[in-house]
This record gives sequence, structure tokens and C-alpha cells, in this order.
Amino acid sequence: MKKFLTATAAVALMASGAAAEDVKIGILQGFTGPTESLVGPMAAAMEMAIDEVNASGKFMDGMTVVPVRGDSTCIDASAGTAAAERAITADGVKGIVGGTCSGVTGAILANVAVPNGIVMISPSATSPALTTAEDNGLFFRTAPSDARQGEVMADILIEDGVQSVAVTYTNNDYGKGLADAFAASFTEKGGEVTIQAAHEDGKADYSAEVAALAAAGGEVLVVAGYLDQGGAGIIRSSLDTGAFDRFHLPDGMVGTSLSDAFGTEIEGSKGQAPGSDSEGTKIFQEMGADKFDSASPYTAEGYDAVALIVLAMQAAGSTDPNVYKDKIVEVANAPGEPINPGELGKALEIIAGGGDVDLVGATGVELIGPGEAAGSFRVVEIKDGKFETVEYR
Amino acid sequence: MDILNAIVALSNFVLIPAIAYGSQLALGALGVTLIYGILRFSNFAHGDTMAFGTMATILVTWWLQSMGVGLGPLPTALLALPVGIIACMLAVLATDRVVYRFYREVKAKPIILVMASLGVMFILNGLVRFIIGPDDQRFADGERFIVTARGFREATGLQEGLAIKSTQGITVVTAVIVVAVLFWFLNRTRTGKSMRAYSDNEDLALLSGISPERVVLVTWLIVAALATIAGVLYGLDKSFKPFTYFQLLLPIFASAIVGGLGSPLGAIAGGFVIAFSEVFVTYAWKKVLGYLMPEHLEPSGLVQLLSTDYKFAVSFAILLIVLLFKPTGLFKGKAV
Repeated sequence: MKKFLTATAAVALMASGAAAEDVKIGILQGFTGPTESLVGPMAAAMEMAIDEVNASGKFMDGMTVVPVRGDSTCIDASAGTAAAERAITADGVKGIVGGTCSGVTGAILANVAVPNGIVMISPSATSPALTTAEDNGLFFRTAPSDARQGEVMADILIEDGVQSVAVTYTNNDYGKGLADAFAASFTEKGGEVTIQAAHEDGKADYSAEVAALAAAGGEVLVVAGYLDQGGAGIIRSSLDTGAFDRFHLPDGMVGTSLSDAFGTEIEGSKGQAPGSDSEGTKIFQEMGADKFDSASPYTAEGYDAVALIVLAMQAAGSTDPNVYKDKIVEVANAPGEPINPGELGKALEIIAGGGDVDLVGATGVELIGPGEAAGSFRVVEIKDGKFETVEYR
Repeated sequence: MDILNAIVALSNFVLIPAIAYGSQLALGALGVTLIYGILRFSNFAHGDTMAFGTMATILVTWWLQSMGVGLGPLPTALLALPVGIIACMLAVLATDRVVYRFYREVKAKPIILVMASLGVMFILNGLVRFIIGPDDQRFADGERFIVTARGFREATGLQEGLAIKSTQGITVVTAVIVVAVLFWFLNRTRTGKSMRAYSDNEDLALLSGISPERVVLVTWLIVAALATIAGVLYGLDKSFKPFTYFQLLLPIFASAIVGGLGSPLGAIAGGFVIAFSEVFVTYAWKKVLGYLMPEHLEPSGLVQLLSTDYKFAVSFAILLIVLLFKPTGLFKGKAV
């Protein structure tokens, strides 16, 4: 028995000795709840980036990065906060990649990350409210804010010569945020928003909503909703009453089930969704192809989030979040040697040699404003009843 | 020309949808009012009875569609409707046998029957979701429009379009036929007369040899038919989702109470009062007024009294006003 105890103690000592050489990064994602099917591939992409760094052996003179998974859920802020608390205090993570959904991400940021001074990079929270959140320079995201999408959407419409639009949005944070961002941007660029009205999802009949939208008028109806929900109901009712025949469709509306349902009835309608045709995306998708579903949404953003943390640590020569947080924008943006996915080892070497890198990554990362991705969008148009990509911007 | 445009815009967005919706509510309210008049309780399970009948109809419709059977320009659901009605009749007779009959025999107070119907409501609700699922189901087929907005614009040269969906046409025609048959039945046939007698004075009816169980049976059969027809028309015109049928309970009860519980004529009037006020109050009048008013008086705002989110609040408000000032309803039903 005594021997056994001694052995255990020795093992424990060895383990803690080894831990000094490790840097832990929290992968705090919504493994359970409404996003569980998205998060599987996202976490795999993040761990692929970590494996790539460890395989190179060039991180901070041979330190290894260890992922620590935690369940932030998508809608339960208290569960997410508890998971983040545990990751920081019990596991001692030096950075967090998460959370998945905007609401929980905001809660973790305010209650855990900022008080503990931990860097947090979300690959998928898109609410514009996070742009102005109090973060002490600790919060970043590799997914574009919906504020950015609103701007892109306004540009597309203005360039098509549309002067006035009616806007309807699904009555939640996503819909309201996107509609507000778009309306502000569109008005600023000289367009007119005739009405901005919410609709509830899951109703049988949207004729009253459409009647109000039609009374206000507009050349195009912007539908910031969900394609399997109220958004489709609004379009159906608008077409039936002849209120609108051209629509603009943000990311929640772009999908084959919408083009299958309406086809040529909404011919010429445009839309946009996050997406990029960069070389980095192709490389990333090939790298991950045999490990997980690398074309799944926000996997590329997940890879880039991990890469940013690792490169910033290397550039700062420190794993202290309050030191390396200032290097994140630097490694993400030009100037410097462009770094594609699969070249993280090379990037670490360049930084160690005193050089400068510009992470292109899987999404063409470019951080703007308070540290969020400028994002690139795929502009689609309904042609012959199908969504077709017309440009990237 | 402007006056014509105003009339067309008003018809397209207010009158036609409200007439169709009003007919659907009226058919639903007729069922509620019959149960109240004859069985003497407020049947909270009515919305879910509608859902059950509609579900049965949808299942048969799908089967017919898969067999390639159809009615051409008319929706296949009309062909499936009789089967749906029979299924719904069996369901309500079963609940009557299992639940309501016991309380009738012990002469339970109406409030106990109401609570029992609440339980039936939850069970039917669960059953429907279990069988067909909680999601939206679309089962309308055939020709979608009688008049399309674009076609109307091209034919008349007016700025405003007018669309009449075939489901709206079918709703109104069916409602007129059903109501005519119902009133003929209640006023002209022996069974109908015995039902009215039973409703007016139970003891006197029993003395004159009317069999109460027979009256109850016929009432349930009629109610099941009305509920299924109302449900199928609503589902064809809008879409079928168990939860929205449960929500329909409020405007249906509002219609029945506004018209006067127990009064069939009142149920129809109540249905249209509720439907028209819901649509009128939440409609944005900007366009119509823009056509009618001289240019310098054109409204710049939307001229919308309430946002469309408050639709249900409108039926609540009307319900409260009627209960406060005229508890017997417009057509002198029973006081609630």
C-alpha cells in the first residue's frame, strides 16, 4: 500500500512537471443544445489546428498546446458561465475559443473572461451587440458581425439602384440586430426604409403582416428571417397578394429549401451569406476532408481562431493573456508574410526569427474595429429558380 | 381611378382575407355554441377537435395524392373531407363515452365538465402531435388562384392588384352551404326541432318524450362535422400546425360569446365581427387613404392603430367589452 501511494505521488509529480510545458486552450462550444450538430466539426477543426502546431514542435521552444473541451451550450448562460469558470480556475486555460451563440458568448465575456483577464475568440457569435461589449481588449471574433452583413446588404441594394425597401425581421436578437444594422447603413447611403416590422415565427398566416408592409410600400422586401419559418410564410403571402415580387435574403434565408419552395416565382431576388472563395478555404477544406465535414459552417472560423491565439502567444513570447492580447490584431493583419492553413509551423518559425506574419487562414482573416472579422460574403441571386453565386465581397 | 385603386387595395388586403377568416371562425364558433346550448358547457377541446379532424383529412389526402387521385383544379382535401369527418365523429363519440357521459349521469356542475374538456384538450393535443408531428404541414393542391394579382393588374390597368385564392373562394362557398344545411336541419327536421327544444328547456323536452342520449349523439356528430370542415378550410387557406389550432380557441370563443353563446346566428355574426375587427385594427391604412385623400393631406405615417402582433389582443378586448356591457352577446344568447 505504501509503495502504491509513493508511486501515485511520483506520477502526480511527474504529471505536474510536464504540465509546466503545456499551454491549455479552452474549446468552449455549444456541444449540447440547438447547435450540437454544428459544433462537432467546429471543435474538430480547432483541434486540427492544435495538432498542426504540436506536430511542428516550434511553438515557444517546444511547448505543446492542449485543448480542453467545455460545454458552453447555446442558450443556457449560467451553464456556459460555469463551464468557463471551471476551464479557467480548475484547468488553467490561457485562452478560450468560444462560445458558439451570441447570448452565451456575451455572458461568458462579461462574467468570466473579463474579470479573469482571459482572451476569448468566438468563431460564430455574430450579434452586433458584441461589437460594443465592454471587453478590455480581450474579445475577438473570426466571424463577421451582423452589423457588417447589414452594410454589405445595403451596398448590394444601392448598387442595384434600389431606392426604397420595406424590412421585416424575425422577432429575436438575430433578426432585430441585423435589421437595425441594415436600416442604419441603408439610410446613411441614401436609401429609404419605409417600414421595419417584426414578425413572429410559427404562425399559420402572415397576411396581416404583409398588408402592413404593402401599405408602406418599397421596391424590394428585405426578409431577415428563417427560411423554414416565418420568412417563408412572409414571402408566400407577399406573392399571393401581389404585394412584393422582389426580395432580399440575408444568411438565415439562403438555402435550397427556399429555392425549392418558390423557384422562379422570386426570380431575380438577391441575398448574401458568409463565404469566401479564397485559396485558404480550399486548402483548409482539403486538409480536413478526411477528418470531419470541413465544409460545415464556421469550421474555418474555428481553425482561424485557434491559429490566432497560438501565433499571438508566439509573437508576444508569452502565454499571459494580458500580454499576447495586443499581438492578435498584428498577426491577423498585413503587413507580413501571408500564412495559409497548413503553414502554421512556418509562421511560428518566422515569428521566432523576428519576422512578421499576416494570417490569411481558412477564412482570409482580417480583423477590423474592436477585433472582429471584416468577413467576406457570397452574394447569391435566384436564377432559373435556383440560388447562384454571382460574386464575393 | 384613385377611388377604384383604393377599393381594390382594401379588398385585397382587408375585405377578402377577413371574409375568409370570418367564415372559418364562424364555423368553429357554431360548434362551440351548439355544445354550449345543448350539452351546457364550454368545450375547451374544440380547437384540438378541429386539429384532430384536419389531421385525419390530411392523412387521407396524402394517401389519395400518392394514389394519383385528385379533383383537378380543386384541392384533393375536399375528397378526403368525408373520411376526416367520420374519423373525427368517432373520436368525439369515444371521448363522450369515456369522459363526458359519466359527468352527465351524475349531473355534475358545468364547471366540472369544462375542466374535463380541458383534460380532453391536452390529450387530443398530444395525440395529434404524436401522430402527425408538431410541424407545419401543407396539403393544399390544385389551382391556387381564382384571380391573380398580376392578372388583375394587366386586365384592368389599375395600379393595385387583386388576388383571390381558390381556398378563399372554397371557404366562403363551403361555409354558406354548411350554414344553410345546418339551419334547415335545426328548423325543419324533427331531430333538429328536438335539439332546440332540449336546449330551451331540458325538463320540458324530457317530458315530451325526447331521448336525451339521442340529442347528445346528434349534437356531437354535427359538432365533429363542423369542426373538421372549419379546420380543413383553415388549414387549406393558411397551413396546418397543431399549435395554431390550439391558439384558434381564443378567437373562436370570442366569436361565440360576442354573438351570444347558444345562438347559432350569433356565432356566425360573432365570427365576422371578430375577424373584421382583427384585420381593421391592425391594418396600415396609409395606402388606401393615400388614394382617397387630396394630395396635400396624404398621410406620411402608416396610419396603423395597432401592430399586427396585437391581433389576439383585439379579440380579447372585444370579448371583455361584450362581457362587461352585454353579457348575453349580440343575439341574446345565454348569460355566461
